[in-house]
Amino acid sequence: MSTRLAKGGRLIDRAAALEFSFNGKRLKGYRGDTLAAALLANDQMLVGRSFKYHRPRGIVAAGPEEPNALVNLGSGGRLEPNQRTTVTELFDGLEATSQNHWPSLEYDVGVVNNYVSRFLPAGFYYKTFIHPRSFWKHVFEPVIRQSAGLGKAPKDRDADRYEQAYAFCDLLVVGGGIAGLQAALVAGRAGARVLVLEQNAHWGGRAPVDGDVIDGKPAGQWVDEAVAALEGMETVTLRARCMAAGVYDHGYVLADEKVADHAPGDGRPKHRLWRIRAGKILTATGAIERPLSFAGNDIPGVMLAASVRDYVVNWAVSPGDRTVVVTNNDDGYRTAIALREAGLAVPAIVDARASPAGDLVARARALGLRIEAGRGIAKVKGGKRVTSVAICLQAGEGAVIDEIACDAVAMSGGWSPVVHLWSHCGGKLIWDMEHACFRPDPARPPLNHDGGALVVAAGAANGAMTADAALLDATAQAEAAVAALGMKPKKAKAPLAEAVVEGPMEAVWIMPQGASIELKSKMWLDYQNDVKVSDVQLAAREGYESVEHTKRYTTLGMATDQGKLSNINGLAVLAQALNEDIPQVGTTTFRPPYTPVTLGALAGEARGEIFQPLRRTPMHGWHEKNGAYFEPVGLWRRPYCFPRAGETHEQAVHREVVNTRTALGLLDASTLGKIIVKGPDAGKFLDMLYTGVMSTLPVGKCRYGLMCNEQGFLSDDGVVARIDEETWLCHTTSGGADRIHAWMEDWLQCEWWDWQVYTANVTEQYAQVAVVGPNARKLLEKLGGMDVSKEALPFMAWADGTLGGFPCRVYRISFSGELSYEIAVPASHGAAFWEALHAAGAEFGVMPYGTEALHVMRAEKGFIMIGDETDGTVIPQDLGLDWAISKKKADFLGKRGQQRNFLASGERWKLVGFETLDGSVIPDGAYIVASGANANGQGNTQGRVTSTYYSPTLKKGIAMGLLHRGPERMGDVVEFNTVKGGTVKARVVDPVFYDKEGEKQNV
Amino acid sequence: METGCNMLLLECPYCGVKAEETELSPGYEAHLKRFGPGSTDEEFEAYMFARKNPKGVHFERWRHTYGCGKWFLAARCTATLEVFGTYPAQVGEPPADIIEKIKARRPDWKGYK
Amino acid sequence: MSEPMSALNGAVSDGFVSIREIGPLGMVTLRCKADVKALPKAIKAAVGTGLPALRRVVVEGDRACGWMSPDEYLLVMPYKAVPDALAAVAKTMGKEHHLAVDVSDARAVFRIEGAKAEEVLAKLSPVDFARLEPGELRRTRAAQVAAAFWKEGEGYTLVCFRSVARYVFDLLATSAKLGSELY
Repeated sequence: MSTRLAKGGRLIDRAAALEFSFNGKRLKGYRGDTLAAALLANDQMLVGRSFKYHRPRGIVAAGPEEPNALVNLGSGGRLEPNQRTTVTELFDGLEATSQNHWPSLEYDVGVVNNYVSRFLPAGFYYKTFIHPRSFWKHVFEPVIRQSAGLGKAPKDRDADRYEQAYAFCDLLVVGGGIAGLQAALVAGRAGARVLVLEQNAHWGGRAPVDGDVIDGKPAGQWVDEAVAALEGMETVTLRARCMAAGVYDHGYVLADEKVADHAPGDGRPKHRLWRIRAGKILTATGAIERPLSFAGNDIPGVMLAASVRDYVVNWAVSPGDRTVVVTNNDDGYRTAIALREAGLAVPAIVDARASPAGDLVARARALGLRIEAGRGIAKVKGGKRVTSVAICLQAGEGAVIDEIACDAVAMSGGWSPVVHLWSHCGGKLIWDMEHACFRPDPARPPLNHDGGALVVAAGAANGAMTADAALLDATAQAEAAVAALGMKPKKAKAPLAEAVVEGPMEAVWIMPQGASIELKSKMWLDYQNDVKVSDVQLAAREGYESVEHTKRYTTLGMATDQGKLSNINGLAVLAQALNEDIPQVGTTTFRPPYTPVTLGALAGEARGEIFQPLRRTPMHGWHEKNGAYFEPVGLWRRPYCFPRAGETHEQAVHREVVNTRTALGLLDASTLGKIIVKGPDAGKFLDMLYTGVMSTLPVGKCRYGLMCNEQGFLSDDGVVARIDEETWLCHTTSGGADRIHAWMEDWLQCEWWDWQVYTANVTEQYAQVAVVGPNARKLLEKLGGMDVSKEALPFMAWADGTLGGFPCRVYRISFSGELSYEIAVPASHGAAFWEALHAAGAEFGVMPYGTEALHVMRAEKGFIMIGDETDGTVIPQDLGLDWAISKKKADFLGKRGQQRNFLASGERWKLVGFETLDGSVIPDGAYIVASGANANGQGNTQGRVTSTYYSPTLKKGIAMGLLHRGPERMGDVVEFNTVKGGTVKARVVDPVFYDKEGEKQNV
Repeated sequence: METGCNMLLLECPYCGVKAEETELSPGYEAHLKRFGPGSTDEEFEAYMFARKNPKGVHFERWRHTYGCGKWFLAARCTATLEVFGTYPAQVGEPPADIIEKIKARRPDWKGYK
Repeated sequence: MSEPMSALNGAVSDGFVSIREIGPLGMVTLRCKADVKALPKAIKAAVGTGLPALRRVVVEGDRACGWMSPDEYLLVMPYKAVPDALAAVAKTMGKEHHLAVDVSDARAVFRIEGAKAEEVLAKLSPVDFARLEPGELRRTRAAQVAAAFWKEGEGYTLVCFRSVARYVFDLLATSAKLGSELY
């Protein structure tokens, strides 16, 4: 059994006992424990089930590479699935439950998959669920969905908050082991701005566990001194619990800081996502130990050798009383020695190498440990826990020589540098024969904006696998990085670690090398996704020669651990199966994030009220108080209608239309874009921008204008007012202001930069109110302050003045067909002005109206709306707007585009009105059917509806739409398809349904 | 090359801010010649639609939208993301010093036309 | 006539720094090329400051002039001083090509005050505060909207568009919550 040792544990505080629960069981641990350490201390080796076969799974590793020990953490608003116990810091009251099993962890019915595993080979899903086709939806998918997925998706709103922050530095050091700390010391002493990130809560990495001695001191002491020195440097920032997730263009790095994971609910943000811009990045991310592939290597109790050592030294946890060490390198001996020194039994060291030699081997021998050289493991025995190992000749086929009783196996297949961050932005790898691993190729680094190296690797992450080599490498790499940043490294001696002479490792990818297919089908490569050696070999036999294809076919490396343990072993097996060298097979692509980043951190502050900016007009508060039902228009919120008690939205809209047409309506039109264009060349400029002529507009007058893009398609419309000799004010659509302002600046800056024109977007300077209806003038006259008579202020004129004491600019324009004034007042007076209009308008039957009533009224008048009648493929001529296009101008934006033959052709769909024969409303988006079918068997169409409403004024459905040669077909009856199937008949009519002569607006 | 997260850093030649991509708006290929009424279909097509989209040296328009609001031009390598320089938009062709720098860094480069 | 009302009517929030909406504040956008001779005189006449250098703001009491772009300046003054400032600019510039326009009502202005004011902004804007120079006016974005800020006294003054005042206030208040200090 696994248990807590009586002594030791460099990271735990035995004075601070903590209580936590696992599957409801109350357990004890200490401050400083990881959840995995505390579980092992409570003999909870079995922690989960695998994804596909539901095999029992135990803790394998002690860091972020852990593939098995994932749990549901917390509950309710703090439930998080798939949390790695090996990096979860224990806190008092922690609740964890195991996942991926039913009904319980110990007795899981899904394990039946295990017994039929020979019927579930690689690509099983691809091969099986193809036929019959109808089975997918009704049989296969529901069953797969039921059993798929790791963990439970939380259902409650996240109780925690998250945030993001920007940081800048000259050198970003990723990894707070001895290499990272040494690199930071070098850069910090040179005066560089340094940011050091460490994913764990503690500094120093492996060295203190491995018993290294640096400058004559134990590694732990050297680390403490280095951290203290760095903390004393003005330009250095240290950040623990912060995982660098990804490296992106030009030194951009995302890092996830687990601010309060270990202290939930203490008021701090749970995570903080750092957006870092670094001049250079030094990755001192260390290396990850590889498992060995032998039969039964997934049985709980089989662990990585260095992780076993971590549990013993860091947390005083023994994974078992008797641990067999199996290795292909000298590092495995450190575990055997550490176990023995902790008073635990090591029945044997099974070494695949024929004649191991080196300092560590000698020490193990001196301790009297049994070394089985040239041997391998034929099979691990046990179910939910290891009971023994059968050993065999590594060179043979697995004939059992001996069986050794044990309750844990510590395996070491060598080490792989963590090259993820190096690779994210294009850094290339080379194959290191000596250590049988990929490491960064310094000749092909990822590049920065200056063409130089963006990332340098140092220490074990760069293939410098021993403490002495790592420190020398870190010093050299940091000095070079600092010099490349244009700074001068201070002369200082690199710290010296005592060298430990290690014998060469031997690449062992399968144990024993001649294993039978039966053994290979019990050798796990990817624990989480249940991919075995036999699966990769099958994929190779079936022609999946590319590593990227094999990955997807077998799902190797596609689990939440992204193959940190499995990828290299899988590649090696594939290379052997293909009879190729490993570097030739290559690696799959390393993509961010290095370990999963919670969605909360990626969203940061952008949730709830500040999920996205919501633009409010000065009258927004009034609208809210008066029950407005809002609709989004771009980022604006505009009242759609103002329903009264007991009214549906539709009823409210009808009331608002009728009231505006018969009495008085007020519309908050503040969102309309307003752009000032001024200068000696402003008229010339606007003549290029608009299809019509604006330079001839008299001062004091307004003119409707259309803007097209260079392809000729209609892009925006609005009323332009001539303010003075040199100044125009251009109204744009709501939501179009920024786009049109940018469009103007583009032409002024990049094409006609010698034209003397300035623009300013003054949209938000003004609150604008449309005062509309037969009583509009009466209201303004009551407010008083300026002459708003037909003579003083005729249709399509504007004037400055005051109304009711408010400074204002009044435009006589109409989008409803009624007598209408659009009045702009400074935004700071907008709310008061709006209220003054309501107060004074009571006797004239004033009511506010919303955007839907506006739409209905403009449709009754046949006015087009950008975004309804246009969709980016419509030219003004399609909409019968030829009158607004100058024939005289030699050029305007879009003119050449409109001359293209398919746009100039008479065969276009053109705007007409429609009235259904039965008075009903044509469905939104309906198409007009034509005879015949296209090549795909779809029915032909000859047009579509663009605006369709019930007209409360005319008491019937009205619509506008585009119809093939529409204006030539007045009186024809066409058929629109409907949502329910079938069609509705409508007559082609003039699109102006109401007050065709325009008498009402011109009074 | 993986460039999934577009996070270029470009120095605005007008205000000197080293702006990250989120402060900028892209404007695609630079140094296009406008063809208006009177141009042939081929000329108009070239202006409107034909784009070089090179793997390698490229000239682009960017607007410092969240900064000074000015359009500027950038010369960069689309494959390695190396930036050869940024310059104001009020020019007909890339400045000589940037051309020189590109030639030095990319001897095989065939010129911007 | 009513009293002018700022977007949030002087909202306040206290966290590890304090956030205050101030205003209404008088603001004029002045567009003019830097080499126009009358420009320094116009700025002097309007707000009494000198012509700011690239990306700088010159503050004189309750008035200021900021460099916004190679041909744009922001004049800041008391709200009621705007008509006189516009008249002064018009008079000084004469026939020179320029555009001066009142934008007082189009903006919202916040003060972010406290020793760690920068940390609040560092959560919202991709700005290297250690490299921000004295008197620098930085135009950038605050989360998803445009903003400009400069250091003034014990804190920062931040300007954004009026329609997003509530969004920016909520952003600042959220970022300033106790317990979320960065350093």
